[in-house]
Amino acid sequence: MESTESLTASLDAEVLRQRLASLAQAEGVRRWDLGASCSSDTSVQVDRGEAKQMKGAQRSAITLRVWNDDGLVGITSTSDLSDAGLARALAGARDASAYGNVDEIPDFSPLATAPLPELEQPLSTPLSILTLLDTLRDAERDLLGRHPAIGTVPYNGLAQRSSDRLYINSDGACRQQRLSTASLYLYARAEEAGRKPRSSGAVRLAYGAADLDVAGCVQEAAERTIAHLDYAPIATGRYTCVFSPEAFLDLIGAFSSLFNARAVLDGVSLSRRESLGEQLAVPFLSLHDNGLHPANVGAAAFDGEGTPTCRLSLLEGGVLRHFLHSEATARAFGVSPTGHAGLGAKVSVGPDWFEIGPTPGSGGGAPGLDRFAAGASGDDRGLVVIDSLSALHAGVKASQGSFSLPFDGWLVQDGVPRSIEAATVAGDIRTLLKAILGFEGPAKVTPDGLCPHVWVEGLSITGDA
Amino acid sequence: MEVFLERSDHLGLLAEQDSITSVSPAFGAGAGLRVFLGDRDGFVSTNDLSAVGLRAALEQALGMLGLVLPVQAGGGFDGLPELRDFAATKEGWLQACPSLAEATSRLLEGTDRLQAHGQHLQVRRGSYARDWQEVLVAASDGTFARDVRLHQSVGLNVLAADGDHRASLGRRYGTSDSPDDLRRWDAEAAAVDVCSSAGTMLYADYVEAGQFPVVLANRFGGVIFHEACGHLLETTQVERATTPFAEMVGQPIAHPSLTAIDEGLTAAAFGSMSMDDEGMEPQRTVLIENGILQRFLSDRAGERRTGHPRTGSGRRQSHAFAAASRMRNTFIAAGPHTPEELIASVDRGLYCKSMGGGSVGPTGQFNFAVEEGYLIENGTLTKPVKGATLIGDAKEVMPRISMCANDLELAAGFCGSVSGSIFVTVGQPHIKVDTITVGGR
Repeated sequence: MESTESLTASLDAEVLRQRLASLAQAEGVRRWDLGASCSSDTSVQVDRGEAKQMKGAQRSAITLRVWNDDGLVGITSTSDLSDAGLARALAGARDASAYGNVDEIPDFSPLATAPLPELEQPLSTPLSILTLLDTLRDAERDLLGRHPAIGTVPYNGLAQRSSDRLYINSDGACRQQRLSTASLYLYARAEEAGRKPRSSGAVRLAYGAADLDVAGCVQEAAERTIAHLDYAPIATGRYTCVFSPEAFLDLIGAFSSLFNARAVLDGVSLSRRESLGEQLAVPFLSLHDNGLHPANVGAAAFDGEGTPTCRLSLLEGGVLRHFLHSEATARAFGVSPTGHAGLGAKVSVGPDWFEIGPTPGSGGGAPGLDRFAAGASGDDRGLVVIDSLSALHAGVKASQGSFSLPFDGWLVQDGVPRSIEAATVAGDIRTLLKAILGFEGPAKVTPDGLCPHVWVEGLSITGDA
Repeated sequence: MEVFLERSDHLGLLAEQDSITSVSPAFGAGAGLRVFLGDRDGFVSTNDLSAVGLRAALEQALGMLGLVLPVQAGGGFDGLPELRDFAATKEGWLQACPSLAEATSRLLEGTDRLQAHGQHLQVRRGSYARDWQEVLVAASDGTFARDVRLHQSVGLNVLAADGDHRASLGRRYGTSDSPDDLRRWDAEAAAVDVCSSAGTMLYADYVEAGQFPVVLANRFGGVIFHEACGHLLETTQVERATTPFAEMVGQPIAHPSLTAIDEGLTAAAFGSMSMDDEGMEPQRTVLIENGILQRFLSDRAGERRTGHPRTGSGRRQSHAFAAASRMRNTFIAAGPHTPEELIASVDRGLYCKSMGGGSVGPTGQFNFAVEEGYLIENGTLTKPVKGATLIGDAKEVMPRISMCANDLELAAGFCGSVSGSIFVTVGQPHIKVDTITVGGR
């Protein structure tokens, strides 16, 4: 294999465009586009003061899409960016195009040359891996010292990445984005004598490892873990529940096919083409997808088809306003692409980063909600606070609307929280969206979006008591 | 140190209704270099297989451990021995697989059969994946081996809808090292199976939550052991101190009726291999025998860090991951009972005919979804129920598996964990769990 050093260090868009144009001309391919990326990563994990594993990675990848003489599309992906690799990928894509879907032929995005949004994304110089190691060791030591019951931090990691991403097409579109990001996660395990082990943690993201809020991550991981040490079983029944911002965003993300034009066209969404304008949720709920939010670390300026990222209203006053689109779905709906496409033989569509909160002028539901106020739930049973949901891949049936999910959380009675030993929450997303009582507190920034605590009435909880 | 070189060739196909809607070929190559120093290790992966690229990766891995080139060879390394070439008889496998034309034709046959056998079908999908991989492993302990792996899987999924009633169901079938696999696939039987289950579940009520005895069907029912116990018997969990069984070898951890095995040897099974991703030939590893914990699954790093001997279980998704101790074909051994005896022993409980996915957390708490369930009332199956999730704690549930039937079967699956997504088999006969928490409405 030929060296790909010049491409893996960073992508030279013009060189790659010329190589593809030359290869395509030789093969008789007149119309093509590609998405390419390369990245350099370093990461560390520690175990009770010792380095457990240190990792580095150099990755490169390209997805090449061609249109054949009949107008049908084929693709091939490869990590081999040498001339031989690109030639093989081009030939593979042309062969695959013979089986292109005649019922839905993708085209270039009409916005592939539109101006891109300005993003404030400072590029950071990577730290040495030994500096990462020292930082993580210190964080682990700090967390272990927060409570005698915290014995290990079994899941931890400090990682940094430099990446470069391209979209190019044969009509002259050329997009490029360079980015640096870093992440820290700390999940502690705590156990008191004669009791079951408990676990919780926290995550932080930043544009560079030096900018990570390490102290905040340690503090949050410690607080969450310690808060689950005193636990009790919960009785099975229906409860008013308060979702943490993270938990509610996870749930909405798992049911994002509600807003996905691809899923609508495929018949696997609970929404239909004519659902736009329908009341999907309580009249005070707003939901936007906004990959451009300044708190969205690592935001993409353009999607897999080169369409600029934008802020899109999905629910306003609980009413379904827009769907997420690729070029092909937008064409089918007679609208513009929204910047939510991947790049593939069948182009996928997905959300970027959610903003959830009260619709301006709607009153925002029940006022003054406070989960720790005495009598907040209005009955003796208490209030269930859902801190984090698990196993969404297994417990969510997006095409049916149902969910049954294990969670970590607290039962709050008379303002006093006590961790729940083990439980599941079950329901239907359509019912849940219309059973929202209101919001508590200001919206919190999380890795997946912006959301306040969300109160929902009448959810089924299964416990061990 | 260890070098892992890989070439891969993938094909993914999707058929929807009566059309092929996605043909996704992919190919690649890369290397993973791992350097050990005491209990520590540095790992670097790269797509750049030039001499310059590989040297840069090596220097980066060494630098993580405070080492620089030239490194004095230690541990008595005196060069690599003759190559153990497990791939010699497998050179023609990729070419022997079905062509694009043949594969797309078979998938469309599957969606056509769904149409013939299903009712109220809103969506019919068939999918096929073919993964070919060539690997070369060389290590300073004298390991020098090459292998070729071939995995193929084909699945059918439907979404049935009638008014407010909806049911989505699927089945996936997979084998390893069998180029003819897709040609032998029984599309008719697969479609009948999926349509029958979808028709039953379309009008099912939601299950009532509570604590019940549960009978789990054979084949993919084995996911309960995989999630609830199997992961906790990997040395990666011993290293993290996240398994409750770390100090329990030779002690009872399960009901005396339970024997469990992990192996990589069963012909054509999804988790079988000629060698693991560290060049070691797989073994048949008895994990639990009559309820007594026998041993852990271990890889090279696990052996260094925990002392548990390697079992040929070092596995990784690709060169981009360091190998870790992972399961292969994992199953509960057959017992003396018939499935009917298990069901007859339950007055009121749940029969889980088909399982969805599941997971296990850092404290041993596991959960998994029931895709197709039925109530057991007075020892017989009655109405279908949906929306059930089984949750529990491994240490508490294992002693409650009190009856094993005589109908062991295996099922192909995918397992995601520390070293990526890998091909595995789960399996069991029908088993009875005396009581477990069933999440529902």
